Amino acid sequence: MKNRTFFWFILPSLVTMMLFIALPIGSVFIQSLHIEHTTVLKEVKNCGPFGCKLEMQVDVDATSQLKKDRPLGKFNGFGTYKNRNHLAVSELSTAWTNSPTFGVFLSEAYNLPFYRALAFTLTYTFLVTPLVVMLGFCIALAVNSLPKRIKGPTIFVSLLPMIVTPLIGSLILFWMIDSEGILGASLQWIFEDPSLSLKASPTLTWAMLIVYGVWHSAPFAFIIFYAGLQTVPAETIEAAMIDGASRWERTRYVILPHLVPLIVFIALIQLMDNFRVFEPIVGFSAQASATSLSWIIFNDLAGGEGSFFGSAGATSVLTILGVAVLLIPVLFRTWRDFKGKVV
Amino acid sequence: MFLNKITVAGAFMFLGTTAMAGCGISSGNVSILSNDFPAIQAVTAAASTCAGDGVMVETNLTKDHKDIMVAALTSNPAQYTSIIASNSTLVTLMNDGLVQSLDALVAKHGSGLKPSQLVTVDGKIMAVAFMANAQHLFSRSDMLEQAGVSSIPATYEDVLVAAEAIKSAGLMDYPVALNTKAGWNLAEEFVNMYMGTGADFFKPGTAEVAVNNDHGVATLNMLKSLVAYSNPDYLTYDSNATQAEWEAGNIALATLWGSRGGAVLDGEGSTEAVTSTTVLTGAPTWGNNARPASTLWWDGIAISANISDEDAEATFIAMMHGISSDVIKANNDATVWLGDGYTPSAASAGVTATAAGGAAPYPMLPFMGTLHGALGAEISDFLQGSESAEQALMDVEAAYTAAATEKGFLK
Repeated sequence: MKNRTFFWFILPSLVTMMLFIALPIGSVFIQSLHIEHTTVLKEVKNCGPFGCKLEMQVDVDATSQLKKDRPLGKFNGFGTYKNRNHLAVSELSTAWTNSPTFGVFLSEAYNLPFYRALAFTLTYTFLVTPLVVMLGFCIALAVNSLPKRIKGPTIFVSLLPMIVTPLIGSLILFWMIDSEGILGASLQWIFEDPSLSLKASPTLTWAMLIVYGVWHSAPFAFIIFYAGLQTVPAETIEAAMIDGASRWERTRYVILPHLVPLIVFIALIQLMDNFRVFEPIVGFSAQASATSLSWIIFNDLAGGEGSFFGSAGATSVLTILGVAVLLIPVLFRTWRDFKGKVV
Repeated sequence: MFLNKITVAGAFMFLGTTAMAGCGISSGNVSILSNDFPAIQAVTAAASTCAGDGVMVETNLTKDHKDIMVAALTSNPAQYTSIIASNSTLVTLMNDGLVQSLDALVAKHGSGLKPSQLVTVDGKIMAVAFMANAQHLFSRSDMLEQAGVSSIPATYEDVLVAAEAIKSAGLMDYPVALNTKAGWNLAEEFVNMYMGTGADFFKPGTAEVAVNNDHGVATLNMLKSLVAYSNPDYLTYDSNATQAEWEAGNIALATLWGSRGGAVLDGEGSTEAVTSTTVLTGAPTWGNNARPASTLWWDGIAISANISDEDAEATFIAMMHGISSDVIKANNDATVWLGDGYTPSAASAGVTATAAGGAAPYPMLPFMGTLHGALGAEISDFLQGSESAEQALMDVEAAYTAAATEKGFLK
């Protein structure tokens, strides 16, 4: 394709990508460099149904002109990125110099909101992604070997976890694992421990969220693997059978290599999806034990009264960087394969 | 809280009525944004009857009102002419100058109001309060009796003694509940308990936080002693959960919102055995302090700044109709009304007692919301036993300082 033709060919998608991806990210980045103007406070007398009190109030008139002239706020550079609620640069370096052991340093870092969220986000991503790939592959193999008549209904049922909206799915499970719910009560009965609660301990909460993540995403991997299994050439399988390959050997040496591109694809999508884990934390009310980067953004925007746009912007940019770092190995591999093909 | 927000996210209610105009408004638009619970539904329904020739009344009742109010009132003209605000939301709106002074409107149309209903800031009337709310003690008299506790606890120390008695008598494993869901609810419990000490949250005259002190440590320790008698899932308990637990008869001592009193006592979703033995009393005191460990809240009418005078007047008249004594009489038990025509009832006894006991209102400080957020995020570590009270309070102060700097309250 000539360069000129190519240019006109991709122009529409280029424009849409600029409009809907690059511009918003750019504006988020610019917002993250700003904080609100310094407010002027004055002490006034407030009265209400419960009496009067001297209290501080914002002097709106004093800053209204400034706010009008510079609605973005005060330029703060990377101050928001470096503060205690994000990368906590100075807190980390203090902890580094004061900690006798690396373990103490880690626990100090874990006490900071951003690193706490990052710890859960990474654990979740790196456990759920491989588990989803493996479980999805196993379900696909199992369904593929079912008799034709029950295949359809089985596929439908297997897809249900993915069809349920994440928030609703996690809410349903939240109630089921309650100590009076069917799952929670059964667990207490099995382990003969009436005080066992999945919601109370941080470790069990993490485990529960990870199990939920696998449950929710496995159908996605399953359906893609299942489609992939239909393309495995029958001749090769037959040849392998004639050569005396067992079922395991056929899977290991014929089917699996054939599906590698799909594994890469699923891993890529799942890495991105899992890195922005959010709904289950809200659904399971798990924020005391587990937070994620996306949850922090949500909390900044809608956690209380008034929003922290600078904070939310900074965490968003850091999340984008995180996704980019995660995807580099996968993208590098894809690029290498692509180059190999051209040559 | 989040859970409520999300589940009700789509449930915006737009009500437009075409009843005959009976409020003396000839023209103008009225649109009301507010929280969603029975007392407010009664007010907005009554205000809606003012619709008629040339007068439109629209209402949007949603638990998400806090999330949309600033954006909706910043636009010019504002999306809503009125908002039903509380102590804390009014401050957020005033921080951006989004609500107007009601001095002229009250002088012209507010003759039926009591002086105590007028919320004034720096001498200007900014809102008209119509109801009060507070968290206070709910107890099960039968459980206390069976455990050999002779009177309803008046202090949190008594609550702990009673809880131990109920537990050791084998009546309940987890007799106590507070709204301790991590986040806004848990922070509110800290604020309530800290209020009971009478100490200030900030250094006087500044936005610098001052909770890392003996009062703060004592507050955290008291909360920890109480949650030791709570269900282990306590960090997921919001108002809906605690109300359900109460109605199911699973708890005997709880600090719940007064606005839940009516729903708890009405027998719906509960049994006679529970409702007939539920006693509502004022919030307990603690640590030899006289002030009840609770915060008083009001809900009231505020009028947007970015609207025409005609709309502002129409809105004010409609809202006065919404909180008239007829409406209060017809919905007496829905809440603790502040206006004329209200007769105190069993459901409101707790809030009334809390106010009479001298509880303080939730601070109307511009930076209180920021501290509330920091508390909600940082104190659960202490309750879970993974850090000391001093460390938790240091974290609260550090988180607040970073957030308040971003908000422009600190340099």
